Amino acid sequence: MRIRVAHETVYRYELPAKSAIQLLRLTPRNHDGQYVVRWRIEVSEDCRLDPFEDAFGNLTHSFTVDGPVSELRIGVDGEVETQDTHGVVRGSLERFPPSLYLRGTELTRADAAIAAFAEETAKGAEDALGRMHALQTRIYETLTFDPDPTHAATTAAEAFALRRGVCQDYAQIFVASARHLGVPARYVSGYFLRADGKVAQEAGHAWAEAHLSDLGWVAFDPANGICATEAHVRVAVGLDSLGAAPVRGARFGGGGERLAVTVHVDQAGRQSQN
Amino acid sequence: MLSRAADNIFWLSRNIERADALARILDATHRLTALPQASAGTTNEWQSAVATAGCVTAFQAAYDEANERTVTEFLAFSPANPASIRNCLETARSNARAVRTALTGEMWDVINGAWHRLKNFDGRNMTREEFARFLAFVKEASLAFDGSAFRTMLRNDAYWFSRLGFLIERADATARILDVKYHVLLPAKERVGGPLDYFQWTSILRSVSARTSYHWVYRESVKPWLVADLLILNRQMPRSLASCYENMSRYLDDLAQFYGRQGNSQRLARAMLTRLDNSTMEEIFQSGLHEFIGSFIAENNRIGGAIAEQYLV
Amino acid sequence: MTSKLEPVAFDEMHAPDGSVRSAYVALANWLDQVPKDVLDYRRREAEYIFRRIGITFAVHGQAEAQERLIPFDIIPRILAAKEWSRLARGLEQRVKALNAYICDIYGKRDSLRAAVVPEELVYRNPVFRPEMNGHKVPHDVYVHIAGIDVVRIDSGDFYVLEDNTRTPSGVSYMLENREIMLRLFPELFSNHRVAPVESYTDELLATMKSVAPATAPGDPTVVILTPGIYNSAYYEHSFLADKLGVELVEGRDLFVKGNVVYMRTTEGPKRVDVIYRRIDDDFLDPLVFRPDSLLGVPGLMSAYQAGQVTLANAVGTGVADDKAVYSYMPQIVKFFLGEEPILKNVRTWRCREPEHLKYVLEHLAELVVKEVHGSGGYGMLIGPKADAKTLELFREKLKQDPANFIAQPTLALSTCPSMVEEGIAPRHVDLRPFVLMGSDRVCIVPGGLSRVALTKGSLVVNSSQGGGIKDTWVLDR
Repeated sequence: MRIRVAHETVYRYELPAKSAIQLLRLTPRNHDGQYVVRWRIEVSEDCRLDPFEDAFGNLTHSFTVDGPVSELRIGVDGEVETQDTHGVVRGSLERFPPSLYLRGTELTRADAAIAAFAEETAKGAEDALGRMHALQTRIYETLTFDPDPTHAATTAAEAFALRRGVCQDYAQIFVASARHLGVPARYVSGYFLRADGKVAQEAGHAWAEAHLSDLGWVAFDPANGICATEAHVRVAVGLDSLGAAPVRGARFGGGGERLAVTVHVDQAGRQSQN
Repeated sequence: MLSRAADNIFWLSRNIERADALARILDATHRLTALPQASAGTTNEWQSAVATAGCVTAFQAAYDEANERTVTEFLAFSPANPASIRNCLETARSNARAVRTALTGEMWDVINGAWHRLKNFDGRNMTREEFARFLAFVKEASLAFDGSAFRTMLRNDAYWFSRLGFLIERADATARILDVKYHVLLPAKERVGGPLDYFQWTSILRSVSARTSYHWVYRESVKPWLVADLLILNRQMPRSLASCYENMSRYLDDLAQFYGRQGNSQRLARAMLTRLDNSTMEEIFQSGLHEFIGSFIAENNRIGGAIAEQYLV
Repeated sequence: MTSKLEPVAFDEMHAPDGSVRSAYVALANWLDQVPKDVLDYRRREAEYIFRRIGITFAVHGQAEAQERLIPFDIIPRILAAKEWSRLARGLEQRVKALNAYICDIYGKRDSLRAAVVPEELVYRNPVFRPEMNGHKVPHDVYVHIAGIDVVRIDSGDFYVLEDNTRTPSGVSYMLENREIMLRLFPELFSNHRVAPVESYTDELLATMKSVAPATAPGDPTVVILTPGIYNSAYYEHSFLADKLGVELVEGRDLFVKGNVVYMRTTEGPKRVDVIYRRIDDDFLDPLVFRPDSLLGVPGLMSAYQAGQVTLANAVGTGVADDKAVYSYMPQIVKFFLGEEPILKNVRTWRCREPEHLKYVLEHLAELVVKEVHGSGGYGMLIGPKADAKTLELFREKLKQDPANFIAQPTLALSTCPSMVEEGIAPRHVDLRPFVLMGSDRVCIVPGGLSRVALTKGSLVVNSSQGGGIKDTWVLDR
């Protein structure tokens, strides 16, 4: 399937910033399940995009702009050819052995409640794959999708206590639970082509990957209750949402910052629905 | 040098000078209110002191009435007043700590010593005598600080930034005294100068430590328009607006030469100096003393902002 | 009852037969002659100088004592030339091994493949920095400045108690202590040949310049990055900046543009090449580490990874200095250098290993238990001094999270004569020498910071726990 992505991040400052610096993890890489046909990042201000590879192999760009800046737009536009691999991620760039991904972070710490939930869920499953499937299903069933109560810095434990959240929270709860069960797991940020035909989305998508000794990395999408399919465009991986964050930035001076994000994910060549 | 270091040096001097100015205002007010005539006066001198210190809003938020106790507490010790003498000295030491290496050991000793001594004055239940000792301590500290800076600092950018902070604050303090007391200096009062007015005039001189200087300069009894002249245009008088700007222009020129580049602050300071040079007291009185002072205070602030923009951020 | 558990400490001044060791003879004679009130007077003078120049430190969680004076003991500790040269060789070896280990962890990972250190200890260590993986630092130097804590036990053998490879502090005390001693006791220096320590700051600057990135101009710009005036070691930061003649910057003084680091000066932006940073990894760059850090510089890691700036010490060096890794140091030295370790390691039980945990729980009252990532003497149990309640508390902690703890025998740290309330008496000491590693050499100035437990019988020398400091003399023959 060929998927077209248009993703725009807009910062507006009431009081213009004197300068701004941004770190972007917005460029997908190829692996067996996806091929990047074309991909472009555009920034509204004159600047140089310095590319580098981060610790986990993600294609990263940094740039700085000199102010005064009252509006900063970061646009992404591209097409990716995808295949369904039943969630199995092969041919991805790996910079660490899987055991690194047992490492806990503040955002993905399993508190007592998550630990109990993970252990309870794992009961009855025959093998690690079964446990991960069970986790995916139970997180999908237990949580209610709700963008209001959580935010970018919400931890897995906090979201789990609320039983509410967005795909980021689902994915981090999965990662925390899997690690608690001794399965290396990581956070994935990317895009998702919705089955209901809704093209305009408020944000990108997030899911998780778990490492199973016989299959390697397998992608689980607890927010949708399914393993990743050809509808998933994988962009960046990290230990948690912060490590795989599409955009991290800072500014010097200025104030009254507002952030607006628009994401369009559609099948290439199809007329946009809205 | 680092912009932040220059900023700290600039504010270090401003804070010390401000503490000194507050001490003088309090001293002059104490003397003025100790006179029996004061009670017959129409103005509340404690209110004036708060106005001169430029913190009326903050004061009214903290107290209902301006009297000796409340104003003394507020201007000298109150933690609620970010610009109290105590807070000025505390902030000055923080400024100094942040730029220890840009100061000479002597300067650090003065500030650090003053900060330690400050702990001996808690501000509660002080007798007038104790309070007078406190004011003397503050004035001594600022003298020692200036003296150590003058005697020990290299004449480079650090020194010039310290002088600029000191001069901006000093010009502001003199202008504020004039702003609050301008009415007693207006020529209309000339013939009706009763004892109360006389005390007001000398009180103004006292608040800038210029009683003796006045007589040396004018060799006359105290006349209101001469008091105004001394504080505004007389370059011999180190607290006059003209003297402050004469020196500010000089130090800004030194900086421009040192860095090989000049900017807005040099232009603005020169324009102010020219304006003062070309003024006479007659013209100032004619076009309005109050308006003159008001516009000076605003312009002085603007020049402070220009210095910050050009060098300190 | 505890007394039989306390081993006899090595007395640095006196031999077991009561005679004075040769390095201390001149000092002992002097101490015999000098009247007590003269000593008292000089001690007060020293304290006055410390206070006046503002050498203070902050204590965690004590707001009212924001600036406290560290007690200075005017009686110097003396090491003979021979003792020092052996120690110095051991330190150099140790730091080379630590550096090689860090380089390997973020590079080829030979030591992990050879199972010298368990992978888990590296990858699940909170101070391991994945961001450093594959990043090459100039001249492969990671640990530019190390502070190695050594103690003397048994018959005076040097043992390493702790490696500090992140941002070791205390060197300003080493230098100020000497300065004050020279002022107060010139006569003592005239009858001792004390090796100078004053060259440390020049050596430090040379070390920093030697590791500048290849893109730096001929004379690289070095700065010291401090968290600011409220940091407990701020005095040291400003002291070093002053002695090195470099700018003392805070995060907000720096910015990154086009992957180059600049500082904001009154003359406009100025390029920075080497940053001797005294802030922790976590706070360096809010775009990579803690997003809420206000102390760091956004984009610093990008500039670092682009090879446009050198950070000293390198990011991620903490992976070599926690107490669990410590226990593997003898193997690390052998693996990387192919040599036998010159300095000994204190026997260490790793509670993460069930056998070790079992032993520790059975012998808790005899052992010292420390947190793997703890420092400053916090969160530590000294078995023989603890009451039943505390022992029970630690027993629970150990069972809950064994991997977080190690245990060591209660060491009888050596003693030195020290000036205390009741006169001159032996007190337990440790020593932190400072090791500099540049592009082509290792430099160790002869001396270090001796910390002394001023309370009788106390073995805790940390300043945060009431310890004091003293000057350390290395005799040059």
